[in-house]
Amino acid sequence: MLELDVKKRLRDFDLEVNLRIAEGEILMLVGDNGCGKTTLLNMIAGLIEPDVGMIALDGKPLFDSSLKIDITPEMRNIGYVFQSYALFPHMSVYDNVAFGLRARRLPRKEIDFLVKDHLTAAGLWEIRNARAANISGGQKQRVALARALIIEPDLLLLDEPLSALDVRKQAAMRRDLRERIHSCEVPSIIVTHDLRDVACIGDRACLLEMGKIVLSGAAEDVMSWGAVPSTG
Amino acid sequence: MDLNRFKPEIVEPYSRIIYGPGFNLRLRNKILKTGLALAICLTMAFIALPVASLFLKSPLDTTLRSLHDPVVMDALRLSMMTSTLTTLIVVLMGTPVAYVNARFHYPGKEIVDSLIDLPVIMPPAVAGIALLMAFGRMGIVGHYLNALGLSIAFTTLAVIMAQVFVSSPFYIRQARTSFEDVDLAFENAARTLGASRVYTFFHVILPIAINGLISGAIMAFARSLGEFGATIMFAGNFQGRTQTMPLAIYTAMQGDMDVALCLALVLVVISFLVIALVKTLTRRMYRNART
Repeated sequence: MLELDVKKRLRDFDLEVNLRIAEGEILMLVGDNGCGKTTLLNMIAGLIEPDVGMIALDGKPLFDSSLKIDITPEMRNIGYVFQSYALFPHMSVYDNVAFGLRARRLPRKEIDFLVKDHLTAAGLWEIRNARAANISGGQKQRVALARALIIEPDLLLLDEPLSALDVRKQAAMRRDLRERIHSCEVPSIIVTHDLRDVACIGDRACLLEMGKIVLSGAAEDVMSWGAVPSTG
Repeated sequence: MDLNRFKPEIVEPYSRIIYGPGFNLRLRNKILKTGLALAICLTMAFIALPVASLFLKSPLDTTLRSLHDPVVMDALRLSMMTSTLTTLIVVLMGTPVAYVNARFHYPGKEIVDSLIDLPVIMPPAVAGIALLMAFGRMGIVGHYLNALGLSIAFTTLAVIMAQVFVSSPFYIRQARTSFEDVDLAFENAARTLGASRVYTFFHVILPIAINGLISGAIMAFARSLGEFGATIMFAGNFQGRTQTMPLAIYTAMQGDMDVALCLALVLVVISFLVIALVKTLTRRMYRNART
């Protein structure tokens, strides 16, 4: 379970979020540009330090301002799919997916086995030798997800994972994404602008406005939220 | 469809309306183009003529014979050795500085930046005196080193120090730009995947920025190869010990012109190779940045 109660002074407003996400639950975070969604993900990942508060995963504190605990990003074991996917352009698809395992100094045989397994599951084995810079948007998204999942994360963060994709491919990708994330059985947060993503992928949804959660409820009810005219 | 109707026939009479009768746009364009071509030719001639003269005034057999002259051999060996060591030192010292300045804000960063750029605008002779005042026998640091029996001025080490002083900004500036061009998301992605800062630097940031770093190192190598003023002031002009190629040219000019021409030709060839290498790497760098 992810428990989160953080505050951070941003340029135009204060980000104040209190959240709990259960094992296997997918929380969809909706909101306008600049409302603090990505900043919140970066705080959970350890890339930005909150001013005050606490972040705990499965009871273990990742950040606690009162106890002066701030675990570095590499020690948090969080799978993060960035909005731009951030695939390393000088590496092949295989090397991108293997990166997290190599950083953990796993034996080569184990890395080969795990990478083959994940690339095959994602339908990417055929393009394993292609440069990450030269593959399509859909393939990039699947590589980024495989790279985040192979480290067996305790939490998944996805920042607008479908926004760079062709509209026609999005429906199939939503189903695929939901299946793959659910199979991990870890808490997940997905940032999106698209209410169809919320309804198709999420279990629960929160609307963030100027750094504060103003609406929260079941994902299937999100279409009834009249208060989000600028999204979707 | 009659494509002739798109021909800009109206332009000429219209220009006459604006600029008055007798104005001829085609003639004006022709004069402009001729003027520009003339300017380009004059500039090219100004640069190419002295370089071409070097080749024309040095008969091949004399040049090849001069290559075996001890002065040429010593200068060539010393220049290549010191410039290579200088480049290595500049890369090892400059890379962390460039990375920190590209990624972090800290108090006094502006001062550090200005200090890094200072040798570029400082006249080489001034750099030589400054090094002498710091590391010479009576210098601020040199005074203590001398007490320990260590003397830097007028040694090969002084040549390397002078070259490091003048060439380091060329590498650090280029390296900093290359690090700034690496998207922060790559670094963040690597960290969240379990890579430490050091692992991320060597496996993600450095490979992405490498072409820019090599290009900067080549520029620093070229600058140190051509270094004259600071070297002659701080290291002197002793054959085989501190007499690099530019210093040997200067010395040979007063005696054996064939040797001076031979050394000059070697330096010109190296300069051409450096330009070609930097251009190739820069092109590759921009191609990688686009993908």
